[in-house]
Parts: sequence; structure tokens; C-alpha cells
Amino acid sequence: MKKKVWSKNTKSNLITYGIVIGAWLVVEIMMRAGMLSSLLKGLLVPLCMYVILAVSLNLTVGILGELSLGHAGFMCVGAFSSAVFSKCMVQAIPVSGLRFFLAILTGALFAALFGFLVGIPVLRLKGDYLAIVTLAFGEIIKNVVNVVFLGRDSRGFHVSTKDAFALNLEADGEMIINGPQGVTGTPNDSTFFIGVVLILITLFIVINLVNSRTGRAIMAIRDNRIAAESVGINITKYKLLAFTVSASLAGVAGVLYAHNLSTLAAQPKNFGYNMSIMILVFVVLGGIGNIRGSIIASVVLTLLPEMLRSLNDYRMLIYAIVLIATMIFTSSPGGQAFRERYSLKQLLGQKKQTKEAE
Amino acid sequence: MKKALSLLLVCAMTFSLAACGSKEEGTTAPAENNNQTETGTDAEAPADKPAADGGAVFKIGGIGPTTGGASAYGIAVQRGMEIAVEEINAAGGANGVQLELNFQDDEHDPEKSVNAYNTLKDWGMQMLIGSVTSNPCIAVGEESNKDNLFQLTPSGTAVKCVQYDNAFRMCFSDPNQGLESAKYIGANKLASKVAVIYDSSDPYSVGIYEAFRAEAANQNIEIVEAQAFTADSKTDFSVQVQKAKDAGAELLYMPFYYTEASLVLAECSKQSYTPVFFGVDGMDGILSVENFDASLAENLMYMAPFVANSDDEMVKSFVTKYQESYNEIPNQFAADAYDCVYVLKAAIEQAGVTPDMEASAICDALKEAMTGITYDGITGKGISWEANGEPNKAPLVVQIQNGEGVAL
Repeated sequence: MKKKVWSKNTKSNLITYGIVIGAWLVVEIMMRAGMLSSLLKGLLVPLCMYVILAVSLNLTVGILGELSLGHAGFMCVGAFSSAVFSKCMVQAIPVSGLRFFLAILTGALFAALFGFLVGIPVLRLKGDYLAIVTLAFGEIIKNVVNVVFLGRDSRGFHVSTKDAFALNLEADGEMIINGPQGVTGTPNDSTFFIGVVLILITLFIVINLVNSRTGRAIMAIRDNRIAAESVGINITKYKLLAFTVSASLAGVAGVLYAHNLSTLAAQPKNFGYNMSIMILVFVVLGGIGNIRGSIIASVVLTLLPEMLRSLNDYRMLIYAIVLIATMIFTSSPGGQAFRERYSLKQLLGQKKQTKEAE
Repeated sequence: MKKALSLLLVCAMTFSLAACGSKEEGTTAPAENNNQTETGTDAEAPADKPAADGGAVFKIGGIGPTTGGASAYGIAVQRGMEIAVEEINAAGGANGVQLELNFQDDEHDPEKSVNAYNTLKDWGMQMLIGSVTSNPCIAVGEESNKDNLFQLTPSGTAVKCVQYDNAFRMCFSDPNQGLESAKYIGANKLASKVAVIYDSSDPYSVGIYEAFRAEAANQNIEIVEAQAFTADSKTDFSVQVQKAKDAGAELLYMPFYYTEASLVLAECSKQSYTPVFFGVDGMDGILSVENFDASLAENLMYMAPFVANSDDEMVKSFVTKYQESYNEIPNQFAADAYDCVYVLKAAIEQAGVTPDMEASAICDALKEAMTGITYDGITGKGISWEANGEPNKAPLVVQIQNGEGVAL
């Protein structure tokens, strides 16, 4: 029998997949056994969504090395395009699985398109400038969505940016996007299973991209742009590629979001820069460039404020303190020294050493 | 590094879970925190007794924003509900059963609102008063309909908040307010040329504006100018006011909240533009805006469900209690929430439900009872409900005269 030797990298990736599948199995078993509270059941789909968002942003921030603060904007595009698609197709495609599959593709495609368009001007910038411009684009997307009025009647689709009257809908007409009121009545197609499958697909795309020739080119750009350019790497192409893939995955997360709640409106809370920064917090706390860390951080940080509900007024205070404490613990020089001295590996290693000495 | 990080977070979560566990026992202790109003605090009924009997209390859930930008509304609702629950419990409860209230924060976010709803479900909620704001209310409505749980929203004004038969509302819907104000302006011949300024990023404002515009045509009102602003640009109204002035509008219709309205009024005074000002129920509270010259609001008219300085006995008692407890004058949100609890009590008594019933069975009984009750409260008299969840109550127009709101 030939024993296959896996590289360290492959092993680490398999562990990442294993964690997701393991978590899915545990949750599924607990759900069957009726051990999950309603709160947790309700949180399953959002958790999948945040994991996808964090992993996709990690592609831009960790692998491409550019700070993007407009991720929620792409999520918004994915959410609205897919919600409009689903709403129009509810009658045409009664099978929810097929419709949702197409909705995911629609969301991903539109988000990719926007990622591409936004990326062309934005990726000419670097560092802080890029961060600020992506922030602005995210806000622009949110605000544009807020002025769109889209209706449908027997004469076809009508679009306006003024108000619902400008559409002149017939009596049987239906508002699809009602300006700031957004889209209501999207079918609730998101399920935990689909969410987990989407996480696995996201991981597959991101991990394979990172380990491919393309991924190495992207990381070369991150590490030394001039050196990368001198060996003939097409900087614009690879940057744009990573940015577009990242945007389209964020769009997929948006699709999950839109089909989880029956109301979808672009508000500062869900698609504003607060959201972008929250995703960035997941990525930074999980470790920039560390995919598995992003998954764990997004799950923990999404659960934490809900688990703290019993503390009432102190909830947000504690949440903030945990964030600050984690940052200090993981990133300050003092914290790092402390961790090195007391890390599990070190302790285990010391034991081994003392044993060997004996 | 990851291990250490996850360890810390796991610690934090364990801590939070532990806190959760202790709070469940803690509900039997006298109410210390303001999120849970305790039941049966009377001397003869020890607080832990109803709970120990296996749910001999009605568990009422409340959802609203108590943090974030919309927290003023959520906190008012929470306080209004607490006062009503205390009163009802002191008077012997609904149908002789005490009420227990658990109010959860939703940060004015549909996603968080559903989380709050699920938390309340885990707690054992039997009926829900909420959500306070429209979009979260629609999201929660979907869930409560799935579970067939009775829902009464104090202030969810969007049409779809009560789209299912298990949901009712206390306030007017957005279109209803727009319709009523257009009718009032038409019937009293206040003006024939009207300018509207509205918040295009707020569903509440847009909803009212659309209905107003639709009805204006029937009332021979000409809308000469419609100017929008958004949540991101609500500090300077010089352009909108200028346009309204140039268009020669005799009446300025303002379907938005009082904070922005105070700025609009100040801007109008700066441009010495003096049309008739007409607002909606969001205008309630304009006299309490800090650094606002209240004389600018003189003669301002607005639709209001509730006037804090009314001579009505019930209103007086509510306002006094509210002031004693929280040291401020209650707004319409608090009043709606207060009425909600009493409506729930009336419906419980009408339906004769008992706390040992399933939430779904309670919902079926209450749904029927709601259409059969007529309620006299602080936000209106003789209020009844249609099966579609809309209240029938007379709209009230208030005018500010000598620095006080007077019902017209």
C-alpha cells in the first residue's frame, strides 16, 4: 500500500474543511435531537453568511494585501440583485432549490460585475487611499440602491429614481424595489445546509486560488510590487482578479442574507461602512491571511453579542471590551511575548524535553 | 496564537452562558434591572411563586431598539410597557393572572430583531408586543406568522407590518396618516398649494408622502413642490425651504420626525417664509428639542394620537407616573406601548385564555377576540380592530398655541 504524504499546506487546508463539515454534523445532530435553542437555529444562516464574508474579505486584505472598506457594498449588490430575481421568478420557477441556485448565480455575477467596475479605478491606488475610496464606493452603492424604484406590471418593468408615482404602474402592478423601503416578501430560501455548502465552495475557491500559480502571483504583488512587476507579472490583471472574486463571494453572502429575512432594505446598519468594518474586524482578529482564523473569528464574534443578551445594558460594553482585549492579546508586543512564553505548544514541548532529560 | 485567541473568546462565551443561566434563576428575584419587570411584587404574592407553579403568568415579549440611532423610540416603548404591566399586576393582573415582561434590544436591525424574537421564544414568550420600528417588524412578522404567535406592534407603521392575520397594530399605518392629513387639509381648506419635504431614506416618511400625494388630487390640493432629503443630509434645509418658498406654497407638509422639523422651522424663519406648517405624529416632541426656539413652532399643526397635556384622566395619570419614574414627558411611542399592554389585557379577558395554553392556541383565541373588543385608551377612545390588523380610531389634529399642544 502506498502511503500518500500530504504537504503541511494540504493538511492544514483539509483541517479547515474538516472543521466546517464537523461543525455542520454537530449542529445537524443537535438539531435532530432538539437540543438547539430557537436563537441558535435562527443564527445558523447569518453565521454562514458572516463566515463567507470574512473569508472573501480575507482574499482582498490578507492575500492581495489591500485594505478594502467597501465589502458591504458588494454584499448589498448581491442581496438586491438576487432578491429582485427571486421575486420576479417566484411564479415562473416554483421549485425553490432551482430558483435559489439561480439566485445565487445572479447575485454572484452582479457583485462580480460591480467588483470589476469598482476595481478598475480603485486598484490604481494603494494603502490608505485605496481604503478610503473603497469606503466611498461602498456608501455610493448603498445610496444608489436607496433611490431605485422598480416596479412590474403587464407592460413590463419600470424604473425610476424619483418616487413610486413616477413608475405609473397599472393597478395590478407590483413594486419590486420600493426605494428606501427596499424589497419585501423575498422567499425565505436560505437554509443552513445551503449555507454550509456555500462556505465549502467559498473555501474551495479561495484556498485553491491561493495555492495556484495565480495565487502566488497575487501574493508576490502583495509582498513586493516592484519585484513582481520586474519578473513580468501583470499587476492590474491579478489585482483585479482577486478583487472581483472577493466581491462576487461577498455577493453570495448577500444572497444568503436577502433570502433569510423577508425584508431587505439598504440601511447603514446592514450595508453601510459599519458592516464593512465589522467584517474587517473578523478578518483582523482571525489573523490577516489566515482563512481558518477568519471562520472561527466570525463565528465567535457573531455569537458573542447574542449570547451576552442576558447582560442587558452591559451587552455592547462587554462586546467592545472583548474586542479590545483580544486585539491587545494577539497584537501588542507584550501580549505576543506572553503568548510565546505560555503557548500550548511551548508547554507541551517543555514537558517532552523534561521527559527526554529524565 | 489562534489557540490563545479562541481560548479567550471561549472564556468570554462561557462567562456569558453562565450569566445567562444565573439570570434565568434571577427572574425570580425582585426586579432590579429595568429589562424585566417583575411579576407579583405585592406583599401577599412572593415573586417566585407564579413561576414556580409552572407558568401561571402570561409571558409577554417586547422587541425594540434600546441601543443605536433609534434607541429613543425603543426605550420609550419599553418604559411605557413597564408602567402598564406594573399597573395591571398591582390591580390583580389580566383575568387574575399576572403579566411578566421581557424586553429585548434589536438595534433597529431586522436581523437582530429576529435574533431577539428567537431569544424571547426560548424564554417562553406567549405573546409579543413589537417590533417598534417598521422594517424589523416586517422581518419579525414573518417569523411570528410561522409560529402562529400573537403580535401587536405599538408603532410599526409600514403596511406590511400587519400583513398576516396574527399581527395587529396600535398606531395608524403610514398611508392612513397621509390620507387623513390630506383629507383634513382639504376639508378645512387650509391651502390649495402645498409643498412637501420628506425623508427619502425613511420608509415612514416616504409611505406617508405617497399616500398624501395620492389623496391630494381628490382634495383639490396642488403639490407645487416635493423636496427630499436623506438620513445623511438632514442638517441643512436651506435648498428645500427656498424651493418651497419660490414655488409659492401656502402650506408646508412635513411627514418626518421632530428633530429635523425643528431645523426646517428654523430655516423657514431665517428665510422669513411663513406658510401653514402641517406635520404628522413624528412631530410629537418638538417642544422638547434642546436649543430650539419654541415660538417658531407656534401654530404648527400635526396629526397626533396622543397629547401629553390633555385633560383626560387616564392620560394625566400615565404622564404623572411616567414623569415620576423617568423624569421626562412621555411621547407617542410610550403612549402607544402603554395602550398595547392594556389592549392585550382586554383581549386576554375577552378570549378567556389561560397561561397554560400553547402560544399558538392563545394566538388563535386572541385573533378572534381582537376584532370583538372596543378599547378606550390614552391614544384614542372607542378603538376597535379589523381582522386585517388595522385599528379604527379617529385621527386627532393638534395645534401648538402659546407653547402648548392643543387638540383641535
